[in-house]
Amino acid sequence: MKTFKLGGVHPEENKLSAGAAIEILPLPEKVFIPVSQSLGAPSKLIVEKGAVVKTGQLIAKGEAFISANVHSSVSGKVSRIEEVTDTSGYRRTAVVIDVEGDEWDEQIDCSKEVKAEITHSREEIVRKISEMGVVGLGGATFPSHVKLMVPEGKKAENLLINGVECEPYLTSDHRLMLERSREMLIGIQILMKGLDVKKAYIGIEKNKPDAIDHLEKLVAEYPGIEVVPLKVKYPQGGEKQLIKAITGREVPSGKLPIEVGCVVNNVGTALAVYEAVQKNKPLVERVVTVTGKSLEKPSNLLVRIGTPVSKLIEFAGGLPADTGKVINGGPMMGKALTSLEVPVVKGTSGLLIMPEKESRRMPVVNCIRCARCISVCPMGLEPVLLAQLSENQMFETAEKERILDCIECGSCHFTCPAGRPLLDYLRLGKNKVGIIIRNRGKK
Amino acid sequence: MSILTVSGSPHVHGHQNVKSIMYGVVVAMIPAIFVSVYFFGLDAARVIFISVAACLFFEWIIQKYLLKGPLTINDGSALVTGVLLAFNVPSNLPAWMIVAGALVSIGIAKMSFGGLGKNPFNPALIGRVFLLISFPVQMTSWPVPKALFAPGVTDAITGPTTLGILKEGISAGKTVQELMGSAGFPGYMNDLVGAQGGSLGEISAIALLLGAAYMFFRRIITWHIPAAYIGSAFVFSGILWLVNPAIYIDPVMHMLAGGMILGVFYMATDMVSSPMSPRGQLVFGVGAGLLTILIRVWGAYPEGVSFAILIMNAFTPLINKAFKPRRFGEALPVKKG
Ligand code: SF4
Ligand code: SF4
Repeated sequence: MKTFKLGGVHPEENKLSAGAAIEILPLPEKVFIPVSQSLGAPSKLIVEKGAVVKTGQLIAKGEAFISANVHSSVSGKVSRIEEVTDTSGYRRTAVVIDVEGDEWDEQIDCSKEVKAEITHSREEIVRKISEMGVVGLGGATFPSHVKLMVPEGKKAENLLINGVECEPYLTSDHRLMLERSREMLIGIQILMKGLDVKKAYIGIEKNKPDAIDHLEKLVAEYPGIEVVPLKVKYPQGGEKQLIKAITGREVPSGKLPIEVGCVVNNVGTALAVYEAVQKNKPLVERVVTVTGKSLEKPSNLLVRIGTPVSKLIEFAGGLPADTGKVINGGPMMGKALTSLEVPVVKGTSGLLIMPEKESRRMPVVNCIRCARCISVCPMGLEPVLLAQLSENQMFETAEKERILDCIECGSCHFTCPAGRPLLDYLRLGKNKVGIIIRNRGKK
Repeated sequence: MSILTVSGSPHVHGHQNVKSIMYGVVVAMIPAIFVSVYFFGLDAARVIFISVAACLFFEWIIQKYLLKGPLTINDGSALVTGVLLAFNVPSNLPAWMIVAGALVSIGIAKMSFGGLGKNPFNPALIGRVFLLISFPVQMTSWPVPKALFAPGVTDAITGPTTLGILKEGISAGKTVQELMGSAGFPGYMNDLVGAQGGSLGEISAIALLLGAAYMFFRRIITWHIPAAYIGSAFVFSGILWLVNPAIYIDPVMHMLAGGMILGVFYMATDMVSSPMSPRGQLVFGVGAGLLTILIRVWGAYPEGVSFAILIMNAFTPLINKAFKPRRFGEALPVKKG
């Protein structure tokens, strides 16, 4: 069975909510929709305080090439425009909407009917995806239409669909593959048309045998799409690792997947593409896994963007008494939240509630030069060396040792028997090296 | 819940920590400890006890009064050094010499560099070499165990090791075949199970291999250094043997005799003092293998493992600079379409 070669780890999977069907979270009284939710330039706000909006109405416009539209996820009245803390801990401008009813924009097809026939041209597909504010839902939130615009001189050959969900605990993609499979497959066909490729591969780790079986049966009806079962190994969901696992190609340092003829999209993104193109439906809701060992009811919830995370936790049985940490995302790459009032955004794939006793890091002792961090690094880096260079502020050397190749997967810190906070140092170093490179450009 | 804990990712951790690794090594040495006590009797237990106690004591007192850092004696590393040092000396070594060896191992080779993880050389080997150079007579007169199934040391008889017999004999003009056929020569089988003269821990290849297998299984060591070490030593000694079997020992005997197995699996693999990238580890292993045979055949001492590993320890920083891990995306030509 296929997998990527270099490095990798096996954290406990803990997929507690794998069996929980997707439930619709009731509408909250208020939503807080950050104006910028994706990678790239901030979007421009186009509603004012007091405006009455419908579900799916555009409220912020992505004007730069790499930026994305943002739509209202509810109907109601804009009560405030204010700064809120987002899931990354930054303060961002957000539109606060008091929810009244649930009236959708007339353009949107809200019916349950599955529309299989793809009538749009390539250009229309790209335009629709951009208009509907679709971004990568795997976590990186890269605007999806940009990925469809293959740069001059490059050619896309394969579309890879990421159904790996290698983060422990998270199950939203798994549920989507089981419950929304046809729509997702049509979404994949749309992406194939948009990219003008003949082959698409859905990579799924073999710890989801039901999803593999289910999709393998269905793909016969969708020419060009193939399911690729993969050995379980973290971080297989990393773009470069997935490409390596499925095609055997390695994206060179500092380059994008298109360099080796590949474009990668997440299964959730494929579904959002289906809804955008076939149903005219903007990205206003997504599936979020709410999970944790002490949580009463680990769940997969269909949630409107802008819903405070506290509402999701309430629905899943309330915050357990022994809670120590709440993580936006999975335990390997997720960010610890400072408050439960932050809103769900397009990039929120899960909320993990960790008990107090698992929330603290282990004590840090001397590095024993065991090289375990090196052997698990999926990018073939030397985390121990890079951390040292960052600590000693030797950023130029760190750049030469390819610190920017680090995908921040956390495998090194996860493995280090001395408990060294390698990734903390690496983030600092990457940041500094980035600044140095930008300054160089200015001179 | 009042305040949420906030820290950077990752939020989960693997199962290994420094302690579990160090105690894993100790567990791996248990079979060899039993074998040494079986063949050398309580003397062996005495040496191990004194060595371990002295190592722990020096680590504790230096950490507490000189370095003034957090206590580290229960991380298991001083225990490992203690047992390894005992494994590297004869069972009749006087107690004070063992203590002196422990002081050099822990005090000079480890703590003066800043403690665990900072030492460039394997502490137990530094201790052994210090003893060997300072007390060559005591360090090379080995109690000889009786044959297998007759435990205990042949009363008050000391004699040379397998390699010692061969080295002396060869330089006196005898052939290897004559020497191996002579009375009192341990032979392959006794070398394998441990009925030979030698340091405490090196006599039984089987017990050591058992422990090594355990360390592989627990993922405490990887195959790179041992495979490269044994491979290069085997090939090099094999070539010499093919050239002239009368004056060169055969490669299998080289593997079984002396400190080869102990050195390869328990000391060359010491993570602190060996290279970090797999490529670097292979280079390290090959170098140590060649040096070991070189010293055994042409050096002044019959045994070369300790010196070979220490010399390669000295090269480790250089190897780390020269042999980087294979970076993702490097060396693989991008195949297109
Ligand atoms: S976080 Fe970076 S350095 Fe650490 S293992 Fe992942 S890619 Fe390598
Ligand atoms: S894993 Fe930790 S202890 Fe081992 S070499 Fe890397 S930083 Fe050092």
